[in-house]
Amino acid sequence: MIENIRLSFKGIFSHKIRSLLTMLGIIIGIAAIIAIVSTIKGTNEQIKNNLIGAGNNTVKIQLSDGDTVCDFSWENPPKNVSMFTESTKKRINELKEVESCTFYRTRNNPDNLFYLNSKIDSATIYGIDKDYFETAGYEIVEGKGFSDRNFTNFDKVVIVDKTLAEGIFEGESPVGKILEISGEPFTIIGMTVQNTVFEPVINSVDDFYTYNQTSSGLIFMPTNDWGIVFRYDEPENCIAKAVDTDAMTNAGKKTADILNESITKESAGGEETSATVEYKSESLLEQAKSLQDLSSSTNNMLIWIASISLLVGGIGVMNIMLVSVTERTREIGLKKALGARKRRILAQFLTEAAVLTSIGGIIGVLTGIGLSQIIAKVAEVPVAISTPSIVISVIFSMVVGIVFGLIPSIKAARLNPIDALRYE
Amino acid sequence: MVFELKNIYKDYIQGREPVPVLKDISLSVEEGEYVAIMGPSGSGKSTLMNIIGCLDKQTKGSFIFDGADIMSANDKKLSDIRNKKIGFVFQNFNLLPRQSALENVELPLLYAGVSKKVRREKAIAALKRVGLAERMSFKPTQLSGGQKQRVAIARAIVNHPKLLLADEPTGALDTKSGDQVMELFKELNDDGVTIVMITHEPDIAKCAKRIMYIRDGELYKERTGEKE
Ligand SMILES: Nc1ncnc2c1ncn2[C@@H]1O[C@H](COP(=O)(O)OP(=O)(O)O)[C@@H](O)[C@H]1O
Ligand SMILES: [Mg+2]
Repeated sequence: MIENIRLSFKGIFSHKIRSLLTMLGIIIGIAAIIAIVSTIKGTNEQIKNNLIGAGNNTVKIQLSDGDTVCDFSWENPPKNVSMFTESTKKRINELKEVESCTFYRTRNNPDNLFYLNSKIDSATIYGIDKDYFETAGYEIVEGKGFSDRNFTNFDKVVIVDKTLAEGIFEGESPVGKILEISGEPFTIIGMTVQNTVFEPVINSVDDFYTYNQTSSGLIFMPTNDWGIVFRYDEPENCIAKAVDTDAMTNAGKKTADILNESITKESAGGEETSATVEYKSESLLEQAKSLQDLSSSTNNMLIWIASISLLVGGIGVMNIMLVSVTERTREIGLKKALGARKRRILAQFLTEAAVLTSIGGIIGVLTGIGLSQIIAKVAEVPVAISTPSIVISVIFSMVVGIVFGLIPSIKAARLNPIDALRYE
Repeated sequence: MVFELKNIYKDYIQGREPVPVLKDISLSVEEGEYVAIMGPSGSGKSTLMNIIGCLDKQTKGSFIFDGADIMSANDKKLSDIRNKKIGFVFQNFNLLPRQSALENVELPLLYAGVSKKVRREKAIAALKRVGLAERMSFKPTQLSGGQKQRVAIARAIVNHPKLLLADEPTGALDTKSGDQVMELFKELNDDGVTIVMITHEPDIAKCAKRIMYIRDGELYKERTGEKE
């Protein structure tokens, strides 16, 4: 076998141009496949990153009316939604898909937010429980976080994020500054940043809307303080952190089911009841999936086209191998006269075909990697080289060699030694 | 006894008609013999050699080689016999052009499954035997006709076969190299190697201890003598 491989290399290198031309179909096919697969993978990863954030695995479960998330800055909270309790949280945490969860309330761009008499226009206020930073992936970079006493004492303290701090305090430390919310003074005790390495690429208007809310400043206060500045009975929302990305959809659905138990369906006679509100998990993962499916289905067609190139390459290999068998009829006859069995001749030619196409496959992989780098530069599309696709490509080209080398090899093995020796 | 042909016939199918090429040939060769088979071109010499060399099968008759019935042997068995018991020398040498002299001589040992080290040793010994040890790394194109034929002889004897079978071994050589090859054959025969040589040159045939004549597919003891 090793002898066969050595001989194959010798044969291939003694006919460099011919071997290269034979391999061309394989090279083009494999290069195209590698480039396409890399682009698909790159696009998919981009979609996933853009929509769900790199590796954070959190799902928001928000109180929604129909398809819109309830926003209590201008509507009154429905009466049939009761507040969450510690046991609600415990049950969610016990779900096998969920690693941890947190409850929070938000208010977008409130009109009662001031610093030194000037109104802060774009900011979102969060009322959070003590699990929020941990679960949603924030870390305190300056000052300190909330203590248990801050919650129980209704301390008027807030933590701001870096965006807000940079916007308002212009390089000064926010810690110790006082914000006025709804006429009440709140002391800033810390600054936080989201610790995911998530840097969204803004390519379209949709992307912009997806990210613009994260680009406005955030203010976090203990959820117990919510009643001081807003309404004490506003329902909370939930963020569940799934154990992994694949568990996100289920984690979101099951959490929503538990949260919906806090909604009484029959209206208790109050005029504020709404039968249509319910907790819904955001379906970012599904959106990502369907976008990815779309991008791969268009690219699957390209892969089929590339496969045809491989098929043509395979036929080219068969053709050259048949020529090679005819050219080497004498050699085959001699080997048979010297005692080489059919199996050995068969193996020799199969090895040669497989080595030829494998080299073609390897060159194709290298070309494909180069090609995807060029695509990345020119078309500004992200690419990600996938190792399995490289391994599969090389194995596949080897298989192409064996399949298309089979007919010529059988022809060689079946040659009658006297006819072969007589052949001029 | 090395082999025995009894009432061998060989037909080639040409169009629809079978054309008889060998007719009722009987020949047995003992160990240590040196037999020349002479005849004009087209008389069936090569056809006979192919049968003796287990490369082809007779149409009719029995052929026993070293105790084995060849007619009923399969490809594997025939390959083994050719590999271990017969050494071929062809008119046009039939060396693999891209391989060195040494690698060419190693071929039969490779097919016999001999380890690389032993292969090398035996091939070098065979090349020494034909006086070409110092040219073992040369490619066939770097060798003269006589040297190529001596490499081919080394390849034929490397497995210590029961029979050395030569088809016009001097046909492509000048007189001097031809004489060298004949000298080598004589030495090998003196060492006990059985040789069957096919030729159409009387001078070459004379080197053998026994001469048979073939004409129109029939074998004779004498140039024009009665049928054997
Ligand atoms: N494969 C074949 N098919 C048909 N006829 C053949 C074949 N091989 C040889 N012959 C015929 O058999 C006769 C003997 O050929 P051959 O044994 O090669 O003669 P020699 O070697 O004595 O010159 C020739 O007439 C030749 O044309
Ligand atoms: Mg002949």
